[in-house]
Amino acid sequence: MVAGAETSVLETGVLETWVTIVTVAVTAVAGDVLTAGAMRRIGDLDLIRAKSGMAGAIRAVTSSPMFLMGVLSMALSFFALLFTLSNVEVSLAAPASASLTFLGNAFAAKLFLKENVDRRRWLAAVFVCAGVFLLSK
Amino acid sequence: MKHTLSLQQYMVLLAVMLTASVGDTLLSHGMKQVGPVSVTHLGMLLSAMRNLWVVSGILCLLGFFASYLTALSWADLTFVLPSTAFGYVVVALLSKFWLHETVSPYRWAGIVLIVCGVGFVANGPSLTLHESKHPAEEPAAAGEAR
Repeated sequence: MVAGAETSVLETGVLETWVTIVTVAVTAVAGDVLTAGAMRRIGDLDLIRAKSGMAGAIRAVTSSPMFLMGVLSMALSFFALLFTLSNVEVSLAAPASASLTFLGNAFAAKLFLKENVDRRRWLAAVFVCAGVFLLSK
Repeated sequence: MKHTLSLQQYMVLLAVMLTASVGDTLLSHGMKQVGPVSVTHLGMLLSAMRNLWVVSGILCLLGFFASYLTALSWADLTFVLPSTAFGYVVVALLSKFWLHETVSPYRWAGIVLIVCGVGFVANGPSLTLHESKHPAEEPAAAGEAR
């Protein structure tokens, strides 16, 4: 009975840990994809800056609802990371959320942005994901 | 059709890599001087804004966000993101050769993997072109050879 209760507590802890880490990654991916989608709609910022100046470029970016939703998602991800770091060791939370974000971005870019994520880009995502994890060792 | 980047666009990607890593390092150095900030003394965050290292770090990170958004306006997300990851390599190399910290074999292995990952995408096209029924909605420069 006691052993069963201990196992239950342990499992809940592991579940909570990964729910918070996945929440950080999902909100980060949403932020990246929304921001990238907004920038694609706005167009080449170098050209806009050449035509309308820096103020015009800033206005073009900040008046995009998609961009603002992206920034909101990034802010949520930041606070989710702060919450995660208060419960989970940084040596697990930081690399795990960063690695999941890299892989999640590859999936989301293919699914929502219709990017051509070919074998080369999948390999890059996997290599970077593994590399980020090893850097934390 | 393969898109290649202009020298100016490579400079923007270089700025993405450097400003993020240098900005984080400056913030870290500054916050160590400011000391630990607790939830009950959030006013210390305001005093941190008087620290030159913290202000420099924030300016660097503002530069990062501007160059990151610029890069996303003419390149795919899956092309730009590995470039940002290269910043981790810059931090590790700075810590080894500037701060003289020990870099473990795991970290060297991680650096090699990230460099390989960045190399994979750097050789490929930077932007996916979509067939559009409404050409006017396409980004202005999407059709230009880069």
